[in-house]
Amino acid sequence: MTDSTRSFRSAGSVGRFAGKSVFGVIFALLFLLTLGASLRLAQVDPRLLFEREALHNLARFIGGMFPPNLSRSFLALMARPVLETIQISVMGTAIAVLIGAPLGLLATGSLSWSGVLHERRTAGGRWLLGFVPYALARLLLSVFRSIPEFVWAFMFVRAVGLGPFPGVLAIGVAYGGMLGKVYSEILEGVNPQPLEALHAGGASKLGIALYGFLPQALPNVVSYTLYRWECAIRASAILGFVGAGGLGQQLELSMRMFQFDEVLTILGLLFLLVAGVDFVSGKIRAQVVR
Amino acid sequence: MAEGRRLRWPGLTLTAGFALLLVWSYHGTQVDLAALFGSEGRSQIATYIEKLFPPDLSRKTLVDAGMGAVETFAISFVGSLLAVVLALPLAVLTTRTLLYRGILYEGRRLGPVSKGIRVGIYVIAKAVLNVLRTIPEIVWALIFVFLVGLGPFPGVLALGFHTGGVLGKLFGEVLEDVNPRPLEALGSAGAGRLAILFYGVLPQAAPQCLSYALYRWEVNIRAAAILGFVGAGGLGQRIYIAINLFLENELLTLILAIYVMVTLVDALSAYLRRRLL
Repeated sequence: MTDSTRSFRSAGSVGRFAGKSVFGVIFALLFLLTLGASLRLAQVDPRLLFEREALHNLARFIGGMFPPNLSRSFLALMARPVLETIQISVMGTAIAVLIGAPLGLLATGSLSWSGVLHERRTAGGRWLLGFVPYALARLLLSVFRSIPEFVWAFMFVRAVGLGPFPGVLAIGVAYGGMLGKVYSEILEGVNPQPLEALHAGGASKLGIALYGFLPQALPNVVSYTLYRWECAIRASAILGFVGAGGLGQQLELSMRMFQFDEVLTILGLLFLLVAGVDFVSGKIRAQVVR
Repeated sequence: MAEGRRLRWPGLTLTAGFALLLVWSYHGTQVDLAALFGSEGRSQIATYIEKLFPPDLSRKTLVDAGMGAVETFAISFVGSLLAVVLALPLAVLTTRTLLYRGILYEGRRLGPVSKGIRVGIYVIAKAVLNVLRTIPEIVWALIFVFLVGLGPFPGVLALGFHTGGVLGKLFGEVLEDVNPRPLEALGSAGAGRLAILFYGVLPQAAPQCLSYALYRWEVNIRAAAILGFVGAGGLGQRIYIAINLFLENELLTLILAIYVMVTLVDALSAYLRRRLL
């Protein structure tokens, strides 16, 4: 939203959206129907929040949180999980890049089967060597990212045992799917004119990829990867709920033991952790992307 | 998209720091790719995948997965709406251009008390948003399960509170960023603060805010699918049971259900966003 004039012009589109007679009416009806059904299915009942037991529990929860547990021994105990959370996020993002980059390249139509790089290929070659890997890569990426990292973590805990490693794999696979998709979108979005120029100048495919695609795409690729790292720190903090290491494991323990003063401390640590990573990531971005 | 942005090669310190960070993380997380892709690891994974197939397509499991999917959808839908309801007022309270600075306050001096109150409102609303956002959905879910008991309702509350914090921040940025000229025109024509909000700020901000809300809905459908791990209903609860009881074929069916639903919601949200912007 840096371009406020554009947002102002598009203001008219809300009216268009809601006002388009038939679509508007059908949309409103469907919306209300869905809302009604969803309210019932989700068993929404605000009264539950004000029942005596809920209020009693709330008082117990908030009363138990203060003062937060800042004892030296507890903080010392938390040092390792905090560091582990950072490590999981870094390693998870690294593996996500390893998974996302090759699949993302294959899933880029203009690299694998259509566009200026492939004008001279035969139709059969294009289809078999280009489109089939392209479609497979897209399917794989979509499976990777549609299954939440939490479910991945749960399965990896079963496959490789408890600890930070399954957390790393879960973030690597789920975020690999997201990175791959976004990488391919960035690559598809590059300006084709320099590619044409390189092509006309007789550059090889590798040359076009290295001197045409990469320089255009890299800033966005780096910047999005850093953004994903910021998300990964949040994810790695909760994956411990299923036994995949990090701060989440401690948080769940304290929650289950009703040690709410510890919960508050851990949430504070989590806040510092997330803010710290956002800060570092922003600094790196400013350094690297101009 | 990439035009005008250039990549600068990072300096030596940054590169070295990055390499150190990687090595440190590699050791700390006990990553053991050799074992994972060694013959034993490979066969272990292969066995697990074999056990997953074929998916359990019996009537009972399908009905169960369908119910779980619908419940997850309902949780994400109501949760996202609750988030918007929570986010809007908080976002307005964090819009400094309406509170104490910017074009509406040019040439107008606020008394120290009035200004103090306005800054105070801004700071408190920001802090509330920070708290809502910092606590992950799954922790909110644990808290609400503790408060109101098991079921999908605590899931709705968890999504609403966390996403409310996220959307509140995003909405606030959009509201502060609108074109100030119409606001000035309204202000100089004598419109009150509320009128400026409704006729100047919100109409400009609405498309972007709606787009953000739809995006968060896509995020929430994934989140709703896991909240069941702590007892907050939906597919997650069934997945939790299937994994713990080693019902691998049923697990695959449930995962397929997540896949289908997530893909559908993504497509629906993308369609609505295109229609909108």
